[in-house]
Amino acid sequence: MSVTMPPQHPVEDPKPTEGKSLTKAAKAKNNLTSPWATAAAIIIAMVWTIPTVALFMTSLIPGDRYRTDAWWTVLADGGLTFDNFNQVLFDSFGDNSTAPPLLEYVFNSIVVTVPSVVFPVVLGLMAAYAFAWIPFRGSNFLFVLIFALQVVPLQLALIPLLRLLGPENLGLAGEFGGVWIAHTIFALPLSVFLLHNFVSHIPREVLEAARVDGASHTQMFFRIIIPLSLPAVASLAIFQFLWVWNDLLVSAVFGSANTYPLTYPISNLAGDYGQYAYLVPPAAFISMIIPLIVFFSLQRYFVRGLLAGSTKG
Amino acid sequence: MGSTALSGRSVIAAGDLGADFWASQGQNLLFAAVAIIAFIAIVALIMFGADLIKGGARDKVQLVVLVAPVLLLLGVGLIYPAVDTTWLSFNEITNEPDPDTGIFTTTMSFVGLDNYRFAFSDPSTLRTILNTFVWMILVPLLSTGFGLAYAVFIDRAKGEKVLKSLVFMPMAISLVGASVIWGNIMYDYNQVGEQTGMLNALRELVGLDPYNFLRDSPWNTFWLIIILVWIQTGFAMVILSAAIKGVPAEMNEAASLDGASAWQRFWRITVPSIRSTIVVVLTTITIMALKVYDIVRTVTQGRDNTDIVANRMYVLSFVEGREALGAALAVILFIFVIPVVVYNVRSLNKVKETH
Amino acid sequence: MKRRFIAPMAALAAAGLVLAGCSSDSDPEETTDTTATGGSDGGDGGEMMAGCEDYADYGTFDGAEVELYGTISGVEAEQLTESVVKFEECTGIDVTYNGSDEFETEINVRVEGGNPPDLAIIPQPGLLQRVVGTGAVVPAPEAVAANVDEFWSEDWKNYGTVGTTFYAAPLMASVKGWVWYSPTEFSDAGYEVPTTWDELMTLTQTMADAGGDSDSYKPWCIGFESGTATGWPGTDWIEDLVLRQHGADAYDQWVAGDLDFTSPEITESFESFGEIATNPDFINGGLGDAASIVETSFQEAGLQILEGNCSLHHQASFYEAQWPEGTTVAEDGDIWAFLTPNVNADDPAAVTGGGEFVAAFNEEEPTQALQAFLSSDTWANERVSIGGVISANKGLDPANASSPIGQASIEILQGEDTVFRFDASDLMPAEVGASAFWTGMNDYVGGTDLSTVLTNIENAWP
Repeated sequence: MSVTMPPQHPVEDPKPTEGKSLTKAAKAKNNLTSPWATAAAIIIAMVWTIPTVALFMTSLIPGDRYRTDAWWTVLADGGLTFDNFNQVLFDSFGDNSTAPPLLEYVFNSIVVTVPSVVFPVVLGLMAAYAFAWIPFRGSNFLFVLIFALQVVPLQLALIPLLRLLGPENLGLAGEFGGVWIAHTIFALPLSVFLLHNFVSHIPREVLEAARVDGASHTQMFFRIIIPLSLPAVASLAIFQFLWVWNDLLVSAVFGSANTYPLTYPISNLAGDYGQYAYLVPPAAFISMIIPLIVFFSLQRYFVRGLLAGSTKG
Repeated sequence: MGSTALSGRSVIAAGDLGADFWASQGQNLLFAAVAIIAFIAIVALIMFGADLIKGGARDKVQLVVLVAPVLLLLGVGLIYPAVDTTWLSFNEITNEPDPDTGIFTTTMSFVGLDNYRFAFSDPSTLRTILNTFVWMILVPLLSTGFGLAYAVFIDRAKGEKVLKSLVFMPMAISLVGASVIWGNIMYDYNQVGEQTGMLNALRELVGLDPYNFLRDSPWNTFWLIIILVWIQTGFAMVILSAAIKGVPAEMNEAASLDGASAWQRFWRITVPSIRSTIVVVLTTITIMALKVYDIVRTVTQGRDNTDIVANRMYVLSFVEGREALGAALAVILFIFVIPVVVYNVRSLNKVKETH
Repeated sequence: MKRRFIAPMAALAAAGLVLAGCSSDSDPEETTDTTATGGSDGGDGGEMMAGCEDYADYGTFDGAEVELYGTISGVEAEQLTESVVKFEECTGIDVTYNGSDEFETEINVRVEGGNPPDLAIIPQPGLLQRVVGTGAVVPAPEAVAANVDEFWSEDWKNYGTVGTTFYAAPLMASVKGWVWYSPTEFSDAGYEVPTTWDELMTLTQTMADAGGDSDSYKPWCIGFESGTATGWPGTDWIEDLVLRQHGADAYDQWVAGDLDFTSPEITESFESFGEIATNPDFINGGLGDAASIVETSFQEAGLQILEGNCSLHHQASFYEAQWPEGTTVAEDGDIWAFLTPNVNADDPAAVTGGGEFVAAFNEEEPTQALQAFLSSDTWANERVSIGGVISANKGLDPANASSPIGQASIEILQGEDTVFRFDASDLMPAEVGASAFWTGMNDYVGGTDLSTVLTNIENAWP
């Protein structure tokens, strides 16, 4: 870690004499009084934002200049236009087109994503609680197994799973249900792993007190684990949301025309010979909007931190 | 559902979404909502049902209820394929087409370690394995390093939420978007004429010669790694930032009183307090770095010594139809992760001991 | 495996299924005309009855759904959809087309997972063999076979045949090996369209000596970049050269793996390509040296002709779609193309090309009806009229093609003496045709020595 730590300049920061009453505001100053820290933060923020801004600018390049000109060239001669956004949103391929606007796929994306977030988070939390707090034979082995399963490449599991979901068995392939199940399975190892880390740090006394009172596992799960885990659940939910939202492979394999999410038309937008490649940047930009809204709205749940247990002093 | 069929589609005129559209979308949304509610209701029902059991069996039944769904789903969806793949990696597949119908008679023959021998003797595959190792080391270190630094710098700063979303944004970009951004906008290189890649345009601006980022081995691997770091830093930052907020303010204040500088406080208080979170973040990103194949696949296709195991495996298994060799590479990926697993198990056991 | 890139122009037409037996002989032309208009105008309400007569033989299936699955995407997918609208109206079959970027992966996964589509548009014979190998594809019904016998050459039927069983009818086609140039520039500079390979090389030298208006002028511009399929434009060069230098028999042996990449014949073709592609005097107009070939997208490279940075660009007929609006593509316009010349002026016309094949995964009647329709001349004319593609279907009226280059390509495909060979890399096993051959082309223009390149490709052969 030390290698990658940015050089945070030691802050002089003469301790106020009445240090014990140091307020949060004062602390904020502590953190940002270092001009180096501020500069580093600004640089990181800029470096991380510029590529996205570039994507936005590129989506404003008119189609006939997309392959030959850079956005700043087009900007310089005032050629930037919102036409591509219009085209992508309201008539994908121009006036003669019958293609549905991306809007239709936005709904599919939502329908695919939300249950695919809820299922693995709930099931993962249940298992995480069991592995962290209920001693049973094989607990460690099973947990390590689940943990290691994270690395199984998704592609290897596609065919066996499709056989199970296919018409000869569950008959869910091509339906939303099939896509949900597939996403849920692929998300479970990480979900169990992350939530286990959180749940296992809940102070023992909290759980023991309840246990002494005669609470069953079910009662502990609903009364203690769920309320205390909300911050972790919120973080995991956001990430799972993003991964599913941006997934193409699982949706393509387990879904059908009725269920394809936004990534599907975007990946096909360029056309057989790439003649519509200029529509890809605006579409990619549009597909970011909902995940960002989700991030903003769930951000406040992060306050408590992913690891409540780390606070025990 | 079903209304998106071709003919259905062509009925929807550009920009004009009819009542049908809203009806079918509304139906889908409703379906999702019902599915979620039903799922939660069933889970709750079963769990409370298990709560009605009296006596010693109660705990056991509840344990099964908690763990069984995950084990069942994983057993079917991941464990079985993983075992199957491992077995496949010790075999060779031959497809003999029927002279009349062209239908293959597939035979699997056990070949022991042949596939692995090939993987470790073929220079380009070896290079692929080496690159994967570099990815596995650099991606988590850089993402976590930048994420932690940023989280510390902006902690409790004005506009923290907005500052966070700036670095978080790349996580929301689809892979198609990311490969357009980096492959076509940032790293683009023209031998002659005006530079249309931003980085090279900048280099020219400050008087440097343009540089072919994606061709010059071994640095090209580094430039590809940057793409994933750019995406994953947001993940590290968000989680670490939350953990930092969990560090009791009193600890910092006490240290301040003792004359510790911000730098010292960071190392003596913040880092130890959030150590387990850092491990989680490093672990998660390491595993992602091992699995991500699409960056290489879309940006360089593994040219100029940039290939990684995940992409080679994809190409072997799905493009070239050499599944057995692909399976061997998948197992190699799995082996890569063992040290990470062992380390995590150890710290897991420590946590358990302290309980 | 050029996937989506190959398909451009061809369309194949096949004759109507049962149609072939009875009424089709007399009306294909008329039919096409009406339906085509109906389809493209979208205002077909009034003509429906009349139009439907030609669809009567497909039967009616109320509420039936057929899924058609392929690589075709974007506007081409819309056009494909449009070409079956009439069929849907008349037969009551609801056709759903799904186009996917990762078709090659997904089709295998779906077939092995037991969830295949009803019909798949398979872009390479090599992939067709692989999919047929799984046992999931059903042989083409008689009506389809009849259409193909009537409207397609033996060669085309063979590409849809695995073992001795005929599975899949051709759909669309493309002609490769066009060399795009600017007629205006040619007449200004006094250049003649070359009729032999030697003349082409002489012309190249003349152009290099004369130089262009621009400092970075070079006679040729080439781009290999094409996403995950980068390198395929190079394989087209080699295929054209092998066919022209060594003939169709050598080409077939090469495809079958009997003529090695390291053989003198194939080496010679690579060297001929190298005389252009690795010669710094000839390459790469407006883009740099040979190393820039791999980094330039194939779509982008030819546009340099308009900038005056180069004069010649080798690419299939579908490159027409790349010229910006306002460019006149015509024999006396801004841009036109000639076929890569033969070695001797009097050699028979020889072209390489690509196409797609429609394979069925079940024997249900609606599936067979659509499969038959797609193999009919009715469909070929309808689809070609909508624009952008061509077909090798003999029942296709070249006048229906949306562009002069399309018409020229159809005439070549339909020519009695034309030696047609399918794109070799699409026929070779995927390890070679969709992998090592591409990589080899990239390495070769990147400066790797030829014998290493050829040995690497040869070693990839299973």
